[in-house]
Amino acid sequence: MKYASEFRERQAAEQLGGKIRHLMENIGRKITLMEVCGTHTMVIFRYGIRQLLPDKLQLLSGPGCPVCVTPNLYLDKAIIYSSKNNVIITTFGDMLRVPGSKSSLAGESSRGAQIKVVYSSLESLKIAEDNPEKEIIFLAVGFETTAPTIAASILMAKERNLSNYFVLCAHKLIPPAMQALIEMGELKVDGFLCPGHVSTIIGSEVYQFLCQDYGIPCVVAGFEPLDVLQTIYLLLSQIKAGQAKVENEYKRVVSPEGNLRALELTEQVFETADSSWRGLGKIKNSGLRIRDAYAQFDIERKWPLEMEEETLNPKCICGEILRGLKTPPDCSLFGKTCFPDHPLGPCMVSQEGTCAAYYRYGGSL
Amino acid sequence: MKKIIMGHGSGGELTQRLIKEIFLKNFDNEILAELKDSAVFDYQQARWAFTTDSYVIKPLFFPGGDVGKLAICGTINDLAVVGAKPLYVSCGLVIEEGLEISLLKKIIGSMKKAAQEAQVKVITGDTKVVEFTGFGGLFINTSGIGVVPKEVKLSIEHIMVGDRIIINGTLGDHTIALISQRKEFDFQTNLSSDCASLYHLITQTMQVSSGIKVMRDVTRGGLATIANELVSKNNFGVELWEEAIPIKKEVEAITEILGLDPLYLANEGKVLFVVKKEESDKILQILHGHPLGKEARMIGKIVSTPAGKVYLRTSIGTRRLLDLLSGDQLPRIC
Repeated sequence: MKYASEFRERQAAEQLGGKIRHLMENIGRKITLMEVCGTHTMVIFRYGIRQLLPDKLQLLSGPGCPVCVTPNLYLDKAIIYSSKNNVIITTFGDMLRVPGSKSSLAGESSRGAQIKVVYSSLESLKIAEDNPEKEIIFLAVGFETTAPTIAASILMAKERNLSNYFVLCAHKLIPPAMQALIEMGELKVDGFLCPGHVSTIIGSEVYQFLCQDYGIPCVVAGFEPLDVLQTIYLLLSQIKAGQAKVENEYKRVVSPEGNLRALELTEQVFETADSSWRGLGKIKNSGLRIRDAYAQFDIERKWPLEMEEETLNPKCICGEILRGLKTPPDCSLFGKTCFPDHPLGPCMVSQEGTCAAYYRYGGSL
Repeated sequence: MKKIIMGHGSGGELTQRLIKEIFLKNFDNEILAELKDSAVFDYQQARWAFTTDSYVIKPLFFPGGDVGKLAICGTINDLAVVGAKPLYVSCGLVIEEGLEISLLKKIIGSMKKAAQEAQVKVITGDTKVVEFTGFGGLFINTSGIGVVPKEVKLSIEHIMVGDRIIINGTLGDHTIALISQRKEFDFQTNLSSDCASLYHLITQTMQVSSGIKVMRDVTRGGLATIANELVSKNNFGVELWEEAIPIKKEVEAITEILGLDPLYLANEGKVLFVVKKEESDKILQILHGHPLGKEARMIGKIVSTPAGKVYLRTSIGTRRLLDLLSGDQLPRIC
């Protein structure tokens, strides 16, 4: 790719829009496609892509926003750790305002807890090195994309004999969540726009089982508006032809086998484990756990916590939104008491969250 | 919300709420209520412009300037965009214990240079020292006073549907130059802040064309926020043309990586002009002849609907609302 502008060309967008409308006329029924990744949700809103699509084509946002799928219990743990003496919590900025059962990290920070926003795990490592008298706990939240960098930080911590660097791990894996969504049977997805960033690491081939076992077309998509339109076009072409296969629209970045070095790093430090997702519940083998060989860096093994049950805001429908069953305007809190600067649910916090995207870009003109 | 959070300082929705619910309510007067870059008022047969701004930035020195230059230029620009000739500036310093005096000298030296270039005098000041907080050494507040020549007739009331929007150059340079200097990002860029005094550019333009209706200093909150302030409570809207908005390739690349929107990033040397359509080419020509206007572009127009809103005509031909940001922009995770 030379410049992003090549993928934002107006004429090409209009042409693709026309081809999509034509295909939809031929298909002749309602089609539901799910963009799994939050960045795709953003792109769709930011470029007003829905304006080019026919009404019968529905785009749903999936569980691909790391902040959104992290359950309250995880935040509750982070908040307890943040209240301990001598602890500095390091976190990506998005996590700060996510409401836990009783409070948020931002709330704790204004009450004096030491919480630092970082942009990478290696920055956390640096903070650990610079503050040997403190315990640094990095909130490791994210998908296959961030996991290798966390693994690298743990390996470096080991190499440098750092005994004050810890990770509170809530890493999640995308393909098992896609499978769980289908297995739940609440939603009929006609095709997946597969996540570009995640696929950069795990490759495009891993989605084969969704085509073979469930008959759902999968296309790995890039993040420019033309990528998204081209992906929709490819998915509809498969649907029309009665096919279900994996295609890769994002070949300029994603390879069939993924980034092997990154996968090795993840494999070395983590093993798969069951994981709890907001809205989806516990999904088998959908998370990453730090291997025993690196247990010294796992804060939950150093300082295990006795946790109470998490409490959820009964009116918040983030769970149903993450399962594609509802959209933000269906929520009684959306835009009334729940705003980006005062979020009641996680989907309103992250800029990749569905509610935040609807709130920011969904206003009528 | 019971406490102040960082988002209250972003210039977006939270800042607007503070202004409305606390400041305007208490300081209730018609001059403040206009919420211009500078307050403009008549006194003793003259029209005066008065403004104040605090400069809290990290790091204190950045490519293209330092906090001192910024503190003078920012205040001069606030005066210049209401059509005033800046005359005098104050300098209030809040210094953190431990700041190297050599750094203070350097910063004050930059203030002197910027003031001389803009032909203003720093005529009063104040110094306070506070305990070490770790923020980074120094806050500066400057106030400025200027006089608005009689022939200047800028007013939002002159704006008409069809008027054109012009910007004097690329957006986001200042914020990205600053971010690149912060140690948590290891970006190697050649970007410089656009920090500059716009007084000469503005007066030159106003001398040649009487087609300027309103100007706005495109600082905190960026183009999108400033455009929203312009249309707020008015019976017109703004359409911006994504393809026409000048953004440097480097800024575009870094904002892509971090998931930031350049239309909301702060600038320190950019002015938005609302101009009569018939005068727009002439104004662009003048701007192109000035070092601070070489990359000036026409980036949009005033529209009748939706009134009070700003929207972007995207590069793929669709439309999207450009609303006020609620809170700070946060980089993404994945």
